[in-house]
Amino acid sequence: MSQTLGRSSAAGSDAEPLAAATPLWAGLAAVYRAQLSRVRVSRVPLLFVAVFQSVGIMILMRGVVDTGSDSAREAVVAGSSVLVVAFVALNLLAQHFGALRAANALDYYLTLPVRPAAVVLGIAAAYASFTLPGAVVTAVIGALMFQLPLANLWALLLVVPLSGAALAGVGAVCGLLSPRQELATLLGQLGMSAALLLGIIPADRMPMVVEWGRDVLPSSYGVDAFIATYGTPDWAAFGADLAVCAAVGVAMLSLATWAFRRTARG
Amino acid sequence: MAIVGATAAAAPDAAASRVSARTCYRVAGLTKTYRTGRRRARVEVRANDAIDLDVRRGEIFGLLGPNGAGKSTLVRQLTGLLRPDAGTVELLGHDLVKRPDAAARLVAYLGQDSGALDELTVGLAVETTARLRALDPAAARAARDAVIEELGLGELAERPLKKLSGGQRRLACVAAALVGDRPVLVLDEPTTGMDPVARRAVWSAIDRRRAEHGTTVVLVTHNVIEAETVLDRVAVLDEGRVIACDTPGGLKALVGDEVRLDLVWRTDPPQDDPAVARLACEAVRTGRRWTTRMDPGTARELLAAVTSGPAFDTLDDFTLSTPSLEDVYLALGGRHEGLVKG
Repeated sequence: MSQTLGRSSAAGSDAEPLAAATPLWAGLAAVYRAQLSRVRVSRVPLLFVAVFQSVGIMILMRGVVDTGSDSAREAVVAGSSVLVVAFVALNLLAQHFGALRAANALDYYLTLPVRPAAVVLGIAAAYASFTLPGAVVTAVIGALMFQLPLANLWALLLVVPLSGAALAGVGAVCGLLSPRQELATLLGQLGMSAALLLGIIPADRMPMVVEWGRDVLPSSYGVDAFIATYGTPDWAAFGADLAVCAAVGVAMLSLATWAFRRTARG
Repeated sequence: MAIVGATAAAAPDAAASRVSARTCYRVAGLTKTYRTGRRRARVEVRANDAIDLDVRRGEIFGLLGPNGAGKSTLVRQLTGLLRPDAGTVELLGHDLVKRPDAAARLVAYLGQDSGALDELTVGLAVETTARLRALDPAAARAARDAVIEELGLGELAERPLKKLSGGQRRLACVAAALVGDRPVLVLDEPTTGMDPVARRAVWSAIDRRRAEHGTTVVLVTHNVIEAETVLDRVAVLDEGRVIACDTPGGLKALVGDEVRLDLVWRTDPPQDDPAVARLACEAVRTGRRWTTRMDPGTARELLAAVTSGPAFDTLDDFTLSTPSLEDVYLALGGRHEGLVKG
């Protein structure tokens, strides 16, 4: 056993030594691994439902949008791919944290010597990871349906984790701060609906007010980053959009960690 | 004089230190109030009301009471999950009100909900818990294998918790609580839903830890039979207060030598039978079950009269038993039913 023993500074001289606290990375890795294993049990909701939904929307949109317009086709495919991320990382994660909180199941983590950041980041990272296969499958099917190139598909390896961090952060905050489980579910659904509506409609066709809504939604930057890889790639825009995702991810995950600590204080 | 003075001053310190060395939890004046309802309908519920308790190191200490007595609120304060409104909680020399995080480094807690682990396999749930108690990967795997074998969970190790029966799932959660040896175990109804084999495995695992490491166990239960069998001392809670605290034997002595007579009737017994008429006046009726408490001589006399007279034809079952902790609870003024007898 590698446990080292420390002493509480506030404790009396005859106080029992405290067992070691779990280092951040070890805790994060353990939580991530455990969460990732849930795919074995919850494969259908975590992976397939999101793909079916996005592919269904692409089939629907094929009959609606002007397939002669590059921007329209790119917006539909990129929006549908990022929708997979929004469905799992935002919607399902908000529901998961809401359910854990409602059932006092967070007590499990709160009574272990693991840092709140390790728990929040581990769970959020796992949910973001769940979305990668679905996002890739959706992007490939979309590219074949809408005659888009597959050359820069690798960009999803950056788009999914970074937009996943941003959306998982939002989902975790919704789940942890909602006073009731139903509200967490509702917020997750609303967030996903916003990502659906504002993500797959080409930005240049939106009224100004809706465009502002699109600008405050973190998933839009993931969509824009992926759109920037089509045609003649605009890597500067790609980088800038992903930087926004990363910044939102850091902010929201920090807020989620604070919310988790707040839960710990009852 | 100076020497005498110094000795006199040192003696209480030494005594306090000895007491502290024997004490696991020292709880004083612990009070917690919840607000429930909305706006005008808002009411304050005092879940814990000035609770004082000392739990000694190495003992199995029980918190007994019906649902809503304040057991779980007390336990959440003992594990640093809830900050009290007033009072102090000292755990092995650490002030948990000032430093609630110290609890996670001394206590293994088994709550009532397994939601955080439900979708993991039993093996991974136990291993993850060991990793989150700061064991390195190899030590965590070894500790997982040991506790799974100890509790006879080998065949279930690769199955997800949510696919197990209630008792099996509870056993897996006990395994997660036991892994990574902690000096204090706080277990909230650990054996709920378990079959007798699993219960025995749990109690022998706990006994082994107590014998080998001096582990202290705080056990929440509303099962009086279990409480009488395994506990060294028990605090009886009612409406947020500790109404008694002693060994199970000591508590039972409080109700004197009264015995309990239970009669279960097949149909209505003949009311003109004098023994039945007397029992009818004194009995607490639950469906067709009559329960009375009385001195042993009277109980024997009435039972003999019922079993030898015409009332016997309508009698389905009877038991004459010595007092249980439930009788103690009721005799002490406990206002709720709801303790489980099986």
